[in-house]
Amino acid sequence: MSAGVELDNVTMEFGSFRAVDNVSVNIQPGEFFSFLGPSGCGKTTILRMISGFIQPTKGLVKIGGKDMQGARPNQRPTALIFQNLALFPLMPVWENIAFGLEVRGVDKAKRRARAEELLRLVDLPDAADKRVSQLSGGQKQRVAIARALAVEPSVMLLDEPLSALDLKLRQHMRAELRAIQKRTQVTFIYITHDQGEALAMSDRVGVMSHGKLQQVAVPQDIYNNPANGFVASFVGENNILSGDITGEEGGLVSFATPSGTFSARLGPGVSKGAKARLFLRPEHARLSTEAGKENSVPVEVTDVAFEGNFISVHSVDAKGQTYISEARNDGSAVIPGRGDKRHIVFEGQHAVLLTGDISAKDVDE
Amino acid sequence: MSDLLNRYGGLLTAIFILLTAFWLLMLVILPNIYLFENSFRPYLPVNEMGGPKDVYSLNNYLTFFKSPIHMNVFVWTIIYSSLVTLICFIIAYPLAYYMSKIAPDRIIPTLFLLLFVPLWVSEVLRSFAWFIILALKGPLNSTLLGLGIIEAPVRWIMGFRGVVIGLVYTYVLFMLFPIYNAIQSLDTNQIEAAEDLGSPWWRTHLRVILPHSKPGIASGAVMVFMLSAGSILVPTLLASTTSRWFTEIIQQWMFESQDWNTGSAYAFLLLILCTVFVSVVMRVFRVKLSDIAK
Ligand SMILES: Nc1ncnc2c1ncn2[C@@H]1O[C@H](COP(=O)(O)OP(=O)(O)O)[C@@H](O)[C@H]1O
Ligand SMILES: [Mg+2]
Repeated sequence: MSAGVELDNVTMEFGSFRAVDNVSVNIQPGEFFSFLGPSGCGKTTILRMISGFIQPTKGLVKIGGKDMQGARPNQRPTALIFQNLALFPLMPVWENIAFGLEVRGVDKAKRRARAEELLRLVDLPDAADKRVSQLSGGQKQRVAIARALAVEPSVMLLDEPLSALDLKLRQHMRAELRAIQKRTQVTFIYITHDQGEALAMSDRVGVMSHGKLQQVAVPQDIYNNPANGFVASFVGENNILSGDITGEEGGLVSFATPSGTFSARLGPGVSKGAKARLFLRPEHARLSTEAGKENSVPVEVTDVAFEGNFISVHSVDAKGQTYISEARNDGSAVIPGRGDKRHIVFEGQHAVLLTGDISAKDVDE
Repeated sequence: MSDLLNRYGGLLTAIFILLTAFWLLMLVILPNIYLFENSFRPYLPVNEMGGPKDVYSLNNYLTFFKSPIHMNVFVWTIIYSSLVTLICFIIAYPLAYYMSKIAPDRIIPTLFLLLFVPLWVSEVLRSFAWFIILALKGPLNSTLLGLGIIEAPVRWIMGFRGVVIGLVYTYVLFMLFPIYNAIQSLDTNQIEAAEDLGSPWWRTHLRVILPHSKPGIASGAVMVFMLSAGSILVPTLLASTTSRWFTEIIQQWMFESQDWNTGSAYAFLLLILCTVFVSVVMRVFRVKLSDIAK
């Protein structure tokens, strides 16, 4: 029922512009896989190559082990949910859902029954005879999912399907999509520029930048062990310091920055002499009243945000380097004020040296 | 209106409005009212006009229904106008689809230019051109003969053939542009969605593209049909001995018999009957007037 998807050195060029650059990834049957990346990085192009609307300039797309070269979208076991849903406005809801069955010559009574069954699955039991224009955004979303499920695809392709919804509904639909995927066991390939969405829903995430696949890993590895500076900076917040690798001491190295020399661990593929930056997550940057033995910088608090379950503090050191630190609010935390003198203290284990560009994160909300 | 005032000032604006009103009133409304009024009056020698015999009646209109020949011509005019409309649709729909969804953007201006160039030549000249092209020893026959597609010259201008070809050529763009606009406004993702759900190309057209373009097709069809049925130039110039168009009968009444009264009645009959015919067809195809106006 579900099939794996294999991209084998896939490249897509539009004229001289390379939208997808030598991407290889093996997506397992039944997996929930996300492509995550800023807008314009080639995500939709990848999806369109898998669904068959465009043919890769180089490389192979295999679905269920079969080479898909030359196969049109109507010959592939995939169903694409378009970014704008592309429901048929002139058909009632049930005909939209049953369109794929109509194409396959299923008789009307059966089509209708199946459409109603799918409407129950997506929790819209009374919508069969409604017009598409009568539905809300979230309801249209569900109809699009039902329409794609109706053809019993082996692979579902979803192009930022939640981006048009408001925050509340989006969070609800995340869980819903995940549940539908688990129930149907169909391979989901999901595209998003929203890191929260990708991390929360996926079995594995592929992070993309400028047409290149930067890292493929399970969500916690993407966050905890980013492959390079781009992945680290695109996913989650960071303190980023520039400097030079100076020495080695038992698994950790020394990293000399204008703000001081710190011990840190080397990221993947990073060695002495490389042009690297130090990345430190805000939750690992402790704000302390006393200086630490090592990895400690005196700072002045510039801004404090009380977020409820955690407290976020911005600060700056004598060299003008800014820091962001987050502490969980356990009820007893003392909230610092602006201008307070503190120390940023962290462990070398948590500071990782990475190479590569830093993403200019595109802001969504 | 205030825009016009701001831009051109009071005097010019007044002149514009007066000119438009004059054009509408004197050149469109009044002549039609005059003809309409006359269509109910008998055709009389000048000295009896205004006399006791000059009373309103439906006699001029009844003349048509008493003449099987005229009714016959009318029916054939409707049939061949419908055929012209159908052929225009068959030509225009694929072309409109190609232009709006397949042709690369950069060749669109060239395509439009190629389509428009013939319109710069007057209708009379174009019809004459076709007369020459279609002639027994004309270029079309010699080309087809030369290519070995036909063995003997074809008599193109026979029956309604010449008229149909001429009318299709003259009015096909009136079909093309509304359909082009309609398909243009269809979200390409819908076509792709249909294909992605397994639909073969013909079903995508049947279920997605055609229904969406229905208003465009309807307005194109109404225009081509009405223009064809009301055309006088093409049916006259490309006529054969057996092709009589209803407008030619109107012309006979007016210019050969000098009977403008009956001629007017026939002209209004053509308008009324064509409108009825179009309404019936629209009902059959479930098109609403409001769809067309969109
Ligand atoms: N048909 C096309 N012709 C030319 N350039 C294209 C085409 N489709 C996409 N691109 C370009 O490829 C890049 C990646 O596009 P896309 O895959 O849509 O990005 P994403 O979905 O990640 O936002 C963009 O710069 C876009 O302009
Ligand atoms: Mg996209």
